[in-house]
Amino acid sequence: MSPTRWDFPVELCCRPMAFVTLTGLDVVYNAVHRAVWDAFCANRRADRVPISFKVLPGDHEYPKCRSKRTSYEWYIPKGILKTGWMNKHLNLVPALVVVFYELDWDEPQWKEKQSECATRVEIVRQSLQGRNTKVAVVLIQKKAPLPPGEDVIASERAAALCNVCELSGKSLFVLPHTDHLVGYIIRLENAFYEHAQTYYYTEIRRVKSHKEFLNKTTHQICRLCFQHNTPLDAIAQFRKHIDLCKKKIGSAELSFEHAAWMSKQFQAFGDLFDEAIKLGLTAIQTQNPGFYYQQAAYYAQERKQHAKALCNHDASVTYPSPDPLETQTGVLDFYGQRPWRQGILSFDLSDPDKEKAGILAIQLKERSVVHSEIVITLLSNAVAQFKKYKCPRMKSHLMVQMGEEYYYAKDYTKALKLLDYVMCDYRSEGWWTLLTSILTTALKCSYLMAQLKDYITYSLELLGRASTLKDGQKSRIEKNLMNVLMNESPDPEPDCDTLAVKTAQKLWADRVSLAGSNVFTIGVQDFVPFVQCKAKFHAPSFHVDVPVQFDVYLKADCPHPIRFSKLCVSFNNQGYNQFCVLEEASRASEVLENLTQGKMCLVPGKTRKLSFKFVAKTEDVGKKIEITSVDLVLGSESGRCVVLSWQGGGGDAASSQEALQAARSFKRRPKLPDNEVHWDSIIVQASTMIISRVPNISVHLRHEPPALMNEMYCLVVTVQSHEKSQIRDVKLTAGLKPGQDANLTQKTHVTLHGAELCDESYPALLTDIPVGDLHPGEQLEKTVYVRCGTVGSRMFLVYVSYLINTTVEGKEIVCKCHKDETVTIETVFPFDVAVRFVSTKFEHLERVYADIPFLLMTDVLSASPWALTIVSSELQLAPSMTAVDHLESQVDKVVLQTGESASECFCLRCPSAGNVEGGVATGHYIISWKRASGMDSIPVIRTVITLPHVIVENIPLHVNADLPSFGRVRESLPVRYHLQNKTDLVQDVEISVEPSDAFMFSGLKQIRLRILPGTKQEMLYNFYPLMAGYQQLPSLNINLLRFPSFTNQLLRRFIPTSIFVKKLAIEYLGRRGDSWMTPLLLLRDDQDQPSVFRQRPQGSAYETHCDLEL
Amino acid sequence: MAVCIAVIAKENYPLYIRSTPTENELKFHYMVHTSLDVVDEKISAMGKALVDQRELYLGLLYPTEDYKVYDYVTNSKVKFVMVVDSSNTALRDNEIRSMFRKLHNSYTDVMCNPFYNPGDRIQSRAFDNMVTSMMIQVC
Repeated sequence: MSPTRWDFPVELCCRPMAFVTLTGLDVVYNAVHRAVWDAFCANRRADRVPISFKVLPGDHEYPKCRSKRTSYEWYIPKGILKTGWMNKHLNLVPALVVVFYELDWDEPQWKEKQSECATRVEIVRQSLQGRNTKVAVVLIQKKAPLPPGEDVIASERAAALCNVCELSGKSLFVLPHTDHLVGYIIRLENAFYEHAQTYYYTEIRRVKSHKEFLNKTTHQICRLCFQHNTPLDAIAQFRKHIDLCKKKIGSAELSFEHAAWMSKQFQAFGDLFDEAIKLGLTAIQTQNPGFYYQQAAYYAQERKQHAKALCNHDASVTYPSPDPLETQTGVLDFYGQRPWRQGILSFDLSDPDKEKAGILAIQLKERSVVHSEIVITLLSNAVAQFKKYKCPRMKSHLMVQMGEEYYYAKDYTKALKLLDYVMCDYRSEGWWTLLTSILTTALKCSYLMAQLKDYITYSLELLGRASTLKDGQKSRIEKNLMNVLMNESPDPEPDCDTLAVKTAQKLWADRVSLAGSNVFTIGVQDFVPFVQCKAKFHAPSFHVDVPVQFDVYLKADCPHPIRFSKLCVSFNNQGYNQFCVLEEASRASEVLENLTQGKMCLVPGKTRKLSFKFVAKTEDVGKKIEITSVDLVLGSESGRCVVLSWQGGGGDAASSQEALQAARSFKRRPKLPDNEVHWDSIIVQASTMIISRVPNISVHLRHEPPALMNEMYCLVVTVQSHEKSQIRDVKLTAGLKPGQDANLTQKTHVTLHGAELCDESYPALLTDIPVGDLHPGEQLEKTVYVRCGTVGSRMFLVYVSYLINTTVEGKEIVCKCHKDETVTIETVFPFDVAVRFVSTKFEHLERVYADIPFLLMTDVLSASPWALTIVSSELQLAPSMTAVDHLESQVDKVVLQTGESASECFCLRCPSAGNVEGGVATGHYIISWKRASGMDSIPVIRTVITLPHVIVENIPLHVNADLPSFGRVRESLPVRYHLQNKTDLVQDVEISVEPSDAFMFSGLKQIRLRILPGTKQEMLYNFYPLMAGYQQLPSLNINLLRFPSFTNQLLRRFIPTSIFVKKLAIEYLGRRGDSWMTPLLLLRDDQDQPSVFRQRPQGSAYETHCDLEL
Repeated sequence: MAVCIAVIAKENYPLYIRSTPTENELKFHYMVHTSLDVVDEKISAMGKALVDQRELYLGLLYPTEDYKVYDYVTNSKVKFVMVVDSSNTALRDNEIRSMFRKLHNSYTDVMCNPFYNPGDRIQSRAFDNMVTSMMIQVC
């Protein structure tokens, strides 16, 4: 038997196609027939129906059908499926025989032709004696057919032909030989395919009725099911098939054959499944070809085991001769038949000698099979599938199996590569049992190859806490590891191939003799080594003037104590590395000595604390010091040594989960002696900040908040040293604290010089102002002036830095210390300014009249909590305004307390300005002020207030009156009215004076007159008061004929309507000397110039003549 | 009756795993581990919606030649895996379901123990006994 004994025969692996024979075609000499044949065969594309065609002569002899027996017992020799059966049905026995015949419906010699055709059909039937093969007739016609139903002759003749040939109407076809040949052929083909399928279905039903008959057809059934897109049916059929055959192991001596056969079955199904997927079937995670390849691999492994058990013959056993596996013909009659039973036609198969020889022959053949190769191929097939269907863990598992298989196959390099690749998956998910198993295999591989670094790495982890090995095993591994570190060979791993061990021992011996390159650095953060490490700074930050302290905690998980030769810690600033090395001159031989004492020895389960300290560099102030790695050296550098390198402050692949669990735990830990700690309670702290020395100075701020807008706000900084030695290079930084609103920076200015106002060019923050040195206890003062251009609150920073010499751990360092103070200062408006326009009679004005004097009143209301001095005030008039009076300030040197106000009044006139939209500009009011408490040197602040615009209106006639400030009863009171025409027109004016009870008067009571443009008219009246007190004057009524809008109400704004009338002076002479307030009155002089308030000069003769009615 | 019962933490490491002593323990470890592929996929397919209404029992994950693997996921994503011999056809879905429910109850009891730190390996006699009662008895 060939090694491909378990491969499927060719006919089983091809796509099954319906077999159809064509007869009556002369493809050699007849061009028409040739064309028809070509259309059938040439360029068959995949979308055409699966038929294999063959042209045969009409009288071709088909395989004869044997007569069937009623009982299976009749068949001798026994067998299920003959080897030729598949081929017979695929290539010899057609499903359909087609008879081609040239015949047109209007054939003149119809009768003759019809009978010739019938004869041909009959011949074909004869040769198919006993088969169920269908027969069909195709008439090749020269004429294109008429539409169905129109050709009466055609339908009649067709019926007749069918009758003669004993054909059903469905089996008669017409092939017109026209331009559309290929189209007709395809339609024909489809019809043929239907017929063929009917045939095969009947055949399958017939075959299935043979109850044992299921074996090899499964393959084809499954393939068909996949092709018909019913994968579940295919899987079900396969399961049925497997369940049936699983238990039929056959001969015990040849049980590997069964395993091999099962393996092949699964592989074949996997291939079929995969093929179907390539053709568009979608598989899922739980049902994909990978499972079948995997199972196939398992059976292949089983085969290997059986073979190992059954085929372990001595070398002396020779292959039997003659070869019982050779047959005369080289082929077998039946599938699965034993070659030596070929042709035996008896029920009794047991020829014991022959059987024995046969079995031995098969067993010896099996020995030469490379089982591992088969297994690995199958596994790698499965890996590819599981990778595709998102099964990472299944993939890892299979890769482990592949690795193990490579190990058995002695391909240790490949085995290690695979195992190493998947190890981290198991490690990261915490499946320690599985990891241990993989590591054990890996350790064997690395031993057998004498791979030092790998051997050490796997040993480290197998000794670690993640390993589930028993202590005895661990002891052995630890001993081996120590041997390796002492430049000796380790003992072989158990259960290794003896031959391989011999090779390995030689390799190890070679390694020992080689010197140099014996330092192995192993980054342990990605696995779980047997030494754990945690580094912890004592505090998250250290002042630069105290030593930085940290501890490194170590714990060994191996069964025996272990010595290390060196421990070094590396930092991000490598300058510190030299201070953190722990080294002890120890000879390699001491490593194993059971020294439980001493710093360099780790006792299993005990936490060892190693403390370090160093002085941080002053330039590292404000920086982070980070432990970048902790390196623990095992073994000596002279022999072999291993550097276990932890990244950062320790921790390995399992420690983060352990830390999490420890943090969650409520369990009370048992009390330990004072100098010991619980491993779980140690939290890694791998970095610390270096911060500056604590300053020992005081910084005080003296100031008077709030600040007033635009003033030079005074901030007095007092710095006092409490240090024990002199401090140098004291520097002050003061101003707006950075990081606030950007607008504040534009509107805040700081200076040291308060004598001048600072402008935009000054900075918001003054930095590093040197203020000299300070002796212990000494203090200094510095004044800073701040000008705030806007109101609101601001944060100010005062930062004092200095240098001081100090000693840490006997080392002199210069420390830079600093202290800062922050203060929030509110800025407010110093005062509110209100401006009003009033008439000369102090009546509120919405608008002013052109050329008529009015009053501008300003009120300055102090809003400052501190007293303000108004140094001066100034009114700057706009060009459109003119002052009636002198504009000197009336509030010079006035001190305003909180809430007090200072008012001023200016008499102004606005010449006619036409009708200006939005009014006429008035000008600016400027107040110069400072804090009352401020020193003289502090500059005065000028606050400029823009005065509101005022609406100016023209008036046609201006009237003003000249009259004394008071009258006296029964004394003549002359009153002169001036009427002035302000227009360019001649004005007709009607004037009347209404009588009053309080006065008699002389003058024109009613008059009509004309006033020329720009001229003035005077009216003189002589009033004679009759009563004392405020009396209503006889009212003057003016009516302008041209300006009816000029009303008496308007008139009353300009002229007085009443006057104070005193009683006769003689009557009250006795009251003299009383210091009564004298009334304020508005007086007008002859020049029609209104004046400001004036007090009458005190002590005048008139002043004493006061009235009781006051 | 089961041949292997395992409890897997949310982070997919084993909290408890026990298999029949007659067979290779490692094989069951691998089987349970690989079954997590399917569990992960099923959980992610369920999505976050309707967490409290979802079915805890995930049913048969996949049949292998010799074993059937069933799974059950608690709301806190702790997984119970049960491996049953394929030849054991007497065991129906309903029974598996009730076995899981019993297991879940027992697990809840373990969690209620104030001395148990969630995430640690389960070491409880009561839980052991419960698992033993569900395992194939080996005489």
